[in-house]
Amino acid sequence: MHSPEHGIRIEGLRKRYGEGNTAVDALKDVNMQVAPGEVVGLIGPSGSGKSTLLKCLGAVIEPTAGRMILGEQTIYDNGWKTPDLRALRRDHIGFVFQAPYLIPFLNVTDNVALLPMLAGQKNAVARARARELLAALDVAHRADAQPSELSGGEQQRVAIARALANQPPVILADEPTAPLDSERALAVIRILNQMAAQYRTAIIVVTHDEKIIPTFRRIYHIRDGKTHEEAGEGRAIDLAPALA
Amino acid sequence: MISLAGRDILHAWSRFVLTGMGLGLLIGVTLSMAGIYRGMVDDAGALLDNSGADLWVVQKDTQGPYAESSSLRDDVVHSVRGMPGVARAANVTYFTMQVARGARDVRAMVVGFEPGLPGAPGELIAGRRITRSHYEAVADVKTGFAVGDTIRIRRHNYTVVGLTRRTVSSGGDPMVFIPLKDAQEAQFLKDNDAIVNERARNAANPALNRPGLPGLLEAITDAQSSNHNVNAVLVQIAPGLDAEAVAEPIRRWKHLTVFTRTQMEEILVAKLIATSARQIGMFLVILAVVSAAIVAFIIYTMTLGKIREIAVLKLIGTRNRTIAGMILQQALGLGLIGFMVGKTAATLWAPIFPKYVLLLPGDALRGFVVVMAICALASLMAIRAALKVDPAAAIGG
Repeated sequence: MHSPEHGIRIEGLRKRYGEGNTAVDALKDVNMQVAPGEVVGLIGPSGSGKSTLLKCLGAVIEPTAGRMILGEQTIYDNGWKTPDLRALRRDHIGFVFQAPYLIPFLNVTDNVALLPMLAGQKNAVARARARELLAALDVAHRADAQPSELSGGEQQRVAIARALANQPPVILADEPTAPLDSERALAVIRILNQMAAQYRTAIIVVTHDEKIIPTFRRIYHIRDGKTHEEAGEGRAIDLAPALA
Repeated sequence: MISLAGRDILHAWSRFVLTGMGLGLLIGVTLSMAGIYRGMVDDAGALLDNSGADLWVVQKDTQGPYAESSSLRDDVVHSVRGMPGVARAANVTYFTMQVARGARDVRAMVVGFEPGLPGAPGELIAGRRITRSHYEAVADVKTGFAVGDTIRIRRHNYTVVGLTRRTVSSGGDPMVFIPLKDAQEAQFLKDNDAIVNERARNAANPALNRPGLPGLLEAITDAQSSNHNVNAVLVQIAPGLDAEAVAEPIRRWKHLTVFTRTQMEEILVAKLIATSARQIGMFLVILAVVSAAIVAFIIYTMTLGKIREIAVLKLIGTRNRTIAGMILQQALGLGLIGFMVGKTAATLWAPIFPKYVLLLPGDALRGFVVVMAICALASLMAIRAALKVDPAAAIGG
């Protein structure tokens, strides 16, 4: 389990696909810093490099150059600094996807407990951690249900609980509100903010969703492979309805 | 760690069980094919056991009486009885025919035997032994006859006085035992027209119908219409003697072919049913390949249906060996269900087969190992597909 004291910092990150005349620079100079407990938006048009950046941050593709620091650990510095990227993803990065992508053959508790179990925790400890998170996300009453028995909003809350299961310093949320209406989208953002504050997790939300962009206090625009930071509106969302 | 494979199976248990049942029926057919082969070997063993013989004395240079026709004069048995080491010897005839039972025919092997000697039916399950010299029969229960029924063999009716079990030919046909003399007559009996024609031909032949030799024509005709041949002499040797040591002098001095039990088993199993065994072997190979293809297809399809979940699992840090293990366990689970269904089905339908189906525990164990091995091999394609899934596929864009 990682203690998220430093969030995530990215310096001069570059990613080039291909070589020679066919080379494409998807990321040219990306700089970001997200503090523990902070939720930032990452927005940009299609093809701007959002997904590439997310995949680099998620340690599923290797950047070409730059530096990434996760918590106190430099994970990339012109090359991976950790030999086991799978363990890095499991223990230090949480993922929330556009669709919940829960494992359909595991019940709600085990969907969340799976990550601590994969990290080597005993089943009882992992399930206790899962129940704690489910309670925090107000879905404890569906702990024994199958994912197919949940509403869309409940599934997304379980997905957030799964992302938090190993208490990672950073959560990458890829269009988490895309399929939701305004009320539910705002509820998801409210939950992410609550969880970021409660668990001291840095959360990067990749989004196109105009409904939620005003809620971010800081936003990174990505265009032509470069990031530009700007202040967001940070609109209060305390009154958003619960995610049903 | 929770069993991902077990949870997936439980989640889609109906699909899994139905697939397993389909596979199981295929495995059941495979086990039955093996059982049919075992039944043929066991039938051959039962044939030799029921004869009660240690040696089979047959016509020289033949592999009779079961694999080839063999004909001996019925007085050969007397000289065989005089050979050193021979405890008991008896004439025996075998011929296969369609025996009428009501409106239907039953294919049966008719055995002519001498009561109380080798070749006689063994333990009876109903009725009594043959006590009269003519027109009584003991039948295997598989013929469908009951005690008191009448069997028509050639021109004579025989009353069934006793029933036996597991007395079958090497081809699995049930046996009907009748007295030797009746069997000799039945085996070579000509119809009335043929006898009349034979007599007319003899009478018209001046060499056979000589005026100066009264009685010659009748003697020749009588010899032509009677039979003093048998198919084999069954020999029991004195206790403690080596069968080959007793057989060799008979071969040498009587100019006959003699088979020991081992040699007769070799003829029956390696020669008589060898073609059938190869046929069954081919079926077994084809069924194994078909089973493997079905398991591979099912597991591969199931895996392709979970590509997104596998990508998510890999993204959140699941080891490749955990994912491979999940697919392998599912394939083995499918094999286990299939095997249980197949074994149950084969056991249930075995008695319905017209021929003896012998399901040996050893074959079932070997079948189980082969099924598991096939399932493990069949899962390789799905495992390969799963391991090629890019965890980045879980992230959009």
